[in-house]
Amino acid sequence: MKRAAELSPRLDDALARWEGGTSRRDFLKTSGLFVLGFSSVGFSSVGFSSAGSGGGRGIGVAGLGPNGSGDPGETNSYPDPDYLQLDSWLVVHEDGSATFYVGKTDGGQGTGTAMRQMMCDELDLAYDRATLVMGRTDMTVDQGGSGGSDAIERDALPARRVAAEARRVLLELASERFDVPADELTVSEGVVSVAADPARAATYGDLIGGRRFDVALTGRNVNETTGLAPIKSVQELRVVGRSLPRYDIPAKVDGSLEWAVDVQLPGMVHARNVRPPFAGARLASVDESSVRDIPGFIRVVREGNYVAVVCEREEQAIRAAESLALEWEKSETAPFPSSEDLFEYMRGATPVGAGTGTSPRPRAEGDPDAALASAATVVEAGYDIPFQGHTAIGPAHAVADPSDGQMTVYTNDMKPYSHRTGIAEFLGMPPARVRVIWMEGPQLYGRTAADDAGFEAAYLARELGRPVRVQWMRHEETAWDTKGPAFAIDLRGGLDDAGNVVALDYRARIANYAHVGYNQADTVLIAQLMGIRPEQPSPGGGRGPDEMYHIPNRREETRAVRFPLAFETPLRTGNLRDPNGPQTTFAGESFIDEMAAAANADPVEFRLRLLRGTTEDDATFRRARSIAVVEAAAEAFGWDPRPSPRAPGSGRILTGRGISYAYRVQTAVATIAEVEVDRESGRVWVRRMVCAHDCGLVINPDGLENTIQGNLLHGISRTLYEEVQFDGERVTSVDWRTHPTITHRDAPEQIDVVIVNGDPNPDRPDLPHYGAGEPSHRTVPAAIANAIYDATGVRMRRIPLRPERVLEELAAAGA
Amino acid sequence: MSEVTLRVNGERHSLDVEPSTPLLYVLRNDLGLRGPRFGCGLGQCGTCTVLMDGRAIRSCMRPVSRAEGEITTLEGLSAAGELDPVQQAWIDEQVPQCGYCQNGQILTAKALLDRNPDPSDEEIRQGMNGALCRCMTYYRVQSAVKRASEAIANGGGGADPNGAGGVNGAGAAAGEVDR
Ligand code: FES
Ligand code: FES
Repeated sequence: MKRAAELSPRLDDALARWEGGTSRRDFLKTSGLFVLGFSSVGFSSVGFSSAGSGGGRGIGVAGLGPNGSGDPGETNSYPDPDYLQLDSWLVVHEDGSATFYVGKTDGGQGTGTAMRQMMCDELDLAYDRATLVMGRTDMTVDQGGSGGSDAIERDALPARRVAAEARRVLLELASERFDVPADELTVSEGVVSVAADPARAATYGDLIGGRRFDVALTGRNVNETTGLAPIKSVQELRVVGRSLPRYDIPAKVDGSLEWAVDVQLPGMVHARNVRPPFAGARLASVDESSVRDIPGFIRVVREGNYVAVVCEREEQAIRAAESLALEWEKSETAPFPSSEDLFEYMRGATPVGAGTGTSPRPRAEGDPDAALASAATVVEAGYDIPFQGHTAIGPAHAVADPSDGQMTVYTNDMKPYSHRTGIAEFLGMPPARVRVIWMEGPQLYGRTAADDAGFEAAYLARELGRPVRVQWMRHEETAWDTKGPAFAIDLRGGLDDAGNVVALDYRARIANYAHVGYNQADTVLIAQLMGIRPEQPSPGGGRGPDEMYHIPNRREETRAVRFPLAFETPLRTGNLRDPNGPQTTFAGESFIDEMAAAANADPVEFRLRLLRGTTEDDATFRRARSIAVVEAAAEAFGWDPRPSPRAPGSGRILTGRGISYAYRVQTAVATIAEVEVDRESGRVWVRRMVCAHDCGLVINPDGLENTIQGNLLHGISRTLYEEVQFDGERVTSVDWRTHPTITHRDAPEQIDVVIVNGDPNPDRPDLPHYGAGEPSHRTVPAAIANAIYDATGVRMRRIPLRPERVLEELAAAGA
Repeated sequence: MSEVTLRVNGERHSLDVEPSTPLLYVLRNDLGLRGPRFGCGLGQCGTCTVLMDGRAIRSCMRPVSRAEGEITTLEGLSAAGELDPVQQAWIDEQVPQCGYCQNGQILTAKALLDRNPDPSDEEIRQGMNGALCRCMTYYRVQSAVKRASEAIANGGGGADPNGAGGVNGAGAAAGEVDR
């Protein structure tokens, strides 16, 4: 058995928070890479108009705080690593090992491992001879952090090119040393040797260890960064394509990893927020004397409707937050309907202003109205999808250190770069004096409350003049985290005599007005509660399902609706894993199934017919690859062609199967679910899932499989359990009882992931690497609903399918 | 505040804290342990799990004054330098995604297997049910519990690091995950 210590390699000293930070900085500084640019922007309080109680206050909340000094000295500044310098990306150490620096973060999908594999491959270095540093604004170039499942698809390319360039330069150095042309050298695992005389060899460490490359790169932006060397062809890759173990797992298993949640700094104090008890409530008064006697009490901080308590110890802060006496005034108008009335409200509401909130990709082809009017059969159905939250397993948290006129924020926020610029703007500080250090944390599937907690910690740290740790409580995370928007989607479809789809009309309402972006200084929760408002609230549009069906007449429209309360609301929306994908695909793929049933057709065969309706394809073969995944899923499942529903069973447990297909950006997915429906309890169990997945070149098959399994199970959770509930005043989903999630009982017995990898032509393995962090997620709700229909003959058009709802629907249908 | 005595991972600690303080905060903030983590503070999720005399308990719900037994945290499982077979199974199965909940998964599994070294699938689902994961790694967690159970039956059990084929034309090679 391996020893724990060996299994938990701490990153090399370049990573250590203080000392290493300095040495890495010095390393970069002496190479002259830093561009010191304080002068370019005026950092006095930025003027944002403010419609709320704060009345005209700027975002730079109070100018520089107690520790702020007017003139940022170089020692307390963190200039950006220059992406046009090779040394910013890659360092070769004296022992021949290497450290890679990438501006991405890893939410547990193995992004770091995959990037390390790719860079090792280009550099010709063994995987275990490299380490990888991610997401520190002072050390890694700005690649935006995570988002959009684009780490592998987009951001890995410059990293590969830079590693290839380093290899080229190393060969050049060896060529000089041995006085042999570079093309007469061979390189293997970090050792360069003369092909004709292998005894003449040098390691990368011999050639450049501990020294800078001093090589300039080119590219108009970070994504274009390149040197002179080309990247390898797929056939040359050796490290890519292998199921190497994730480097981050051992330290997560033996308890040695230091997470963002673990950061403790000298003099650090603990803060807890106190949230309004009713959405839109105004804080009338705070009685600080109610908590003054709590041991360790330091301060109540209040600004507008934002309130926090700060204590020496964590449990004291929790107690103070619970004990603080406040008076809140309810707003006179109800902030939003109740979750019971939500969909009726959404269908009845006037969409937000003309020209806003419409689909960014309005589709109108042919003449859908005429085609529907003359169709042999018209199918109509409406689907409802509630607000769903991130509800991270670990509520939002951050530590901020305001020492010496700078601000360092330790966070698991997936976008450290915008976290930094957003916090700088919010505090009115030069970005160069703000540093964000990304560390591991709970899941980062979109715009989580980690954004909010970092701003709060930085604000409080400046107010207190001491390092502050902010930790949200469970009820805050569940109630106040950003939500994926609710949808009400109505579809009409027309079939001709032969059961061909001749028309499709898709109309969606999305409760997504004032959707909050990432790390925006004017939409983070603390800013909203302080009365700051964005000048231009997001209109909150959305797009319809992504599929390649050939339907001659179709229309697609998505419009946003709003509630009376748009700000300071726990129903604020933000990106949640695969934004809008599960909702729109639930409606789209359930409806395709409804049309298949109306045509008395097999659901797989029906989809294939729609995909094959034309032979037109695009440059990435999306049509052919869509067909390939549908076929691969059906084959792996052992799908026997027949229409749904199956002949009704008579026992207590009914079983059925359902398929759902979609693509996301370039990744095509088809998922088949086999379910058991318990007629007596209403419980649905997804017993088996098959997912055929084409994301092009696969970097790490086991990591990909783990990622897809997570996507599928997260999809099951959103389909069967997750719903943010609220009465007319507040969110009532506040913990794991009132906001259930799937548990061990719900895990499928079998999950088969079929990696299609570049079909239609399996002999053409040079498809690039596409994203996999989200695409399969969207296929799950419809696959389950279609399987329930197959089992019971009852169509489930509203998720989640908690047992009560399933029983209700079965009873209503007399099944 | 008052004097409280704790035994954690084989060591005795005397601390001056409020006796009602949840054990979780003492372990994390006074003893600097990172295994147990805050998830809900309500006894609903399991991220704060520690073993007390071999039983899995929720440290967020346990006042430090009532933590009388021998406490073992995730760090304590491999205190002697050897990974526990449960931890090894977690690495072999490549279970974690973000990993935040895995303290609770691992210690719940450890307590389950100590009680019942050869659980059925149903007993695994039942026994693990209170340990929530929002990356939804349940499927792999359950495989890892089975693997650990087999390893324990075989007297400890490490893993064969070889195996698992590649894709994209690359062949199987040493060092790959054996799943
Ligand atoms: S934090 Fe203790 S059970 Fe959730
Ligand atoms: S692995 Fe992320 S919460 Fe379980």
